[in-house]
Amino acid sequence: MEPFEYLEHTADVKFKARGRSLEETFENAALAMLGAMIDPATVKAEETWPIEIESESLEGLLYEWLSEILYLFDVELAVFSRFDVKLEEDEGGWRLSGKVGGERVDPERHFFETEVKAVTLHQFEIKKVAGDGGEEIWTAQVVLDV
Amino acid sequence: MLKKVDDYVFEVPMDHQKGMRVPGRIFISDKLLAQVEPGTIDQVANVATLPGIVKCSMAMPDAHLGYGFPIGGVAAFREEDGVISPGGVGFDINCGVRLLRSDLRSEDVAPMISNLVEDLFHDVPSGVGAKGRLRVSEHELDEAFTRGAAWAVEAGFGVDEDLEHCEENGRLEGAMPNQVSLKARKRGRPQLGTLGSGNHFLEIQKVDRIFDEDLAKRFGLFEGQITVMIHCGSRGAGHQICTDHLQVLSKAVKKYGIELPDKQLACAPLGTPEAENYFGAMAAAANYAWANRQIISAWTREVFERYFDNAKLDLVYDVAHNIAKAEEHTVDGLKERLYVHRKGATRAFGPGRPEIPMVYRDVGQPVIIPGSMGTPSYVLCGSRGAMKLTFGSACHGAGRIMSRTQAKKTYAGTEVKDVLTRRGIKVMATSPKMLAEEAPEVYKPSDEVVDVVHNLDIARKVARVVPLGVSKG
Repeated sequence: MEPFEYLEHTADVKFKARGRSLEETFENAALAMLGAMIDPATVKAEETWPIEIESESLEGLLYEWLSEILYLFDVELAVFSRFDVKLEEDEGGWRLSGKVGGERVDPERHFFETEVKAVTLHQFEIKKVAGDGGEEIWTAQVVLDV
Repeated sequence: MLKKVDDYVFEVPMDHQKGMRVPGRIFISDKLLAQVEPGTIDQVANVATLPGIVKCSMAMPDAHLGYGFPIGGVAAFREEDGVISPGGVGFDINCGVRLLRSDLRSEDVAPMISNLVEDLFHDVPSGVGAKGRLRVSEHELDEAFTRGAAWAVEAGFGVDEDLEHCEENGRLEGAMPNQVSLKARKRGRPQLGTLGSGNHFLEIQKVDRIFDEDLAKRFGLFEGQITVMIHCGSRGAGHQICTDHLQVLSKAVKKYGIELPDKQLACAPLGTPEAENYFGAMAAAANYAWANRQIISAWTREVFERYFDNAKLDLVYDVAHNIAKAEEHTVDGLKERLYVHRKGATRAFGPGRPEIPMVYRDVGQPVIIPGSMGTPSYVLCGSRGAMKLTFGSACHGAGRIMSRTQAKKTYAGTEVKDVLTRRGIKVMATSPKMLAEEAPEVYKPSDEVVDVVHNLDIARKVARVVPLGVSKG
């Protein structure tokens, strides 16, 4: 199972993230998003930022998770390379408690490839599908506005 | 299948997709149409399914694949039964362009181009996550959201005449700063007075061709003249405002029972609280963007004044190309108030419209079409065809034909810089890697795009400007 792949889109960045669990799928989606901005090998996970989100739907939760990471990037001027997600479902919807690991932007070492402006809802989709070995996996398709 | 209805006019028929309320219409040449992805045509059709849409869902000749609306998309909605959608505005609310004209000739400026670009690069912060030189208070941020460029001028950035030469006078009425989240404020405060990155730029140019002497004179343009173009938007504040309201509107879609072919077209019926709150927040972001371009203009003038006593740099005009606005248009002989969405499209009002500044009113508004990095930009004049065909709208740029991933595989950033340097264009960028994404070859040739709007009498060609120096994020 490839954790994520970038799909062709003329103006923006489109990717499909995969995971054996929803948690892993959320983490891989975050890696795909950050990977569009910067080479993750140049980012040390020195600091940790917590993220707590609730949403009525699973899709809303993923949208907010990725949007929250972009928000942190912008206000903390930090880049991230490690993501850790825990999910819970109850009657009211979904709850995510996560951690993102990274470091403050250092212009000497961090070279950006693209500025991701936002997470769009265009063709936004979370699905459970059969993986290569027949096992069940989750996929998340996301288009980013860059 | 598209149906050609006239030269440069193609129809997306109602049976292209289930639920279309009106046909689609793409204003484009056969040659440019061949480069339009099928997905773009589907996006034109998707917009045609939205409630209250008037006449047709349109796309300009620079149309290409977007998210929600296509890029180059224009749609108008009736006030009584229409909707407003962030899918028709985008995340970079009031991304736009302004053109400043100098009294300088290119030969006088040529020896100083490197100095000017270096100073502009230094004085106008740019790049991913750039922080401004400016430290604004919460109160000043509110003022920027509420009064846009008018606040910036009062705060010492520019002169009153700048406001006159700005779409909406640099201030969209109806802004509601109380609909701007704390997150959007936190992103917006340090970024006021920054260019950003991606396709945004600050360019020193020379007028290299005049197409219409009379109109050029009216716009204060002459051959060999130095101009400056500023292309940027509402930065993180706008991105966050759209992100926040998209979630609210996604819920509104369920609440009001609207069926959508694409979730990014989330919308609410005009007049509902969700629609009004989005409009108020979007207007706040639009004003922030006008304040941003106004501040950057003031710093640009400072740089030029360091080297030239008579630089002047008067504002020709400032246009928004990602925005939704209430405008009066004639539909089937009757005047109607419509909410016009322009996603990667420029307002191009023809002669006589009261929204146009007095000095241009009898000829039509200046329409500024930025080229891609290293390619010519165009100044046009809004014309009568726009009022008849496109709710007073024209293209906004060249239009992408190659994806960013493909561009990076094909061109290296440093190589792009070398090519431009050899052509005599001085380029400075915070992130050389990003130059590859914006290589001139990844866009449609802008002259072909501009010729379509000229030939349809949407906007007439006035002048062409070519870059001499570029500062980029």
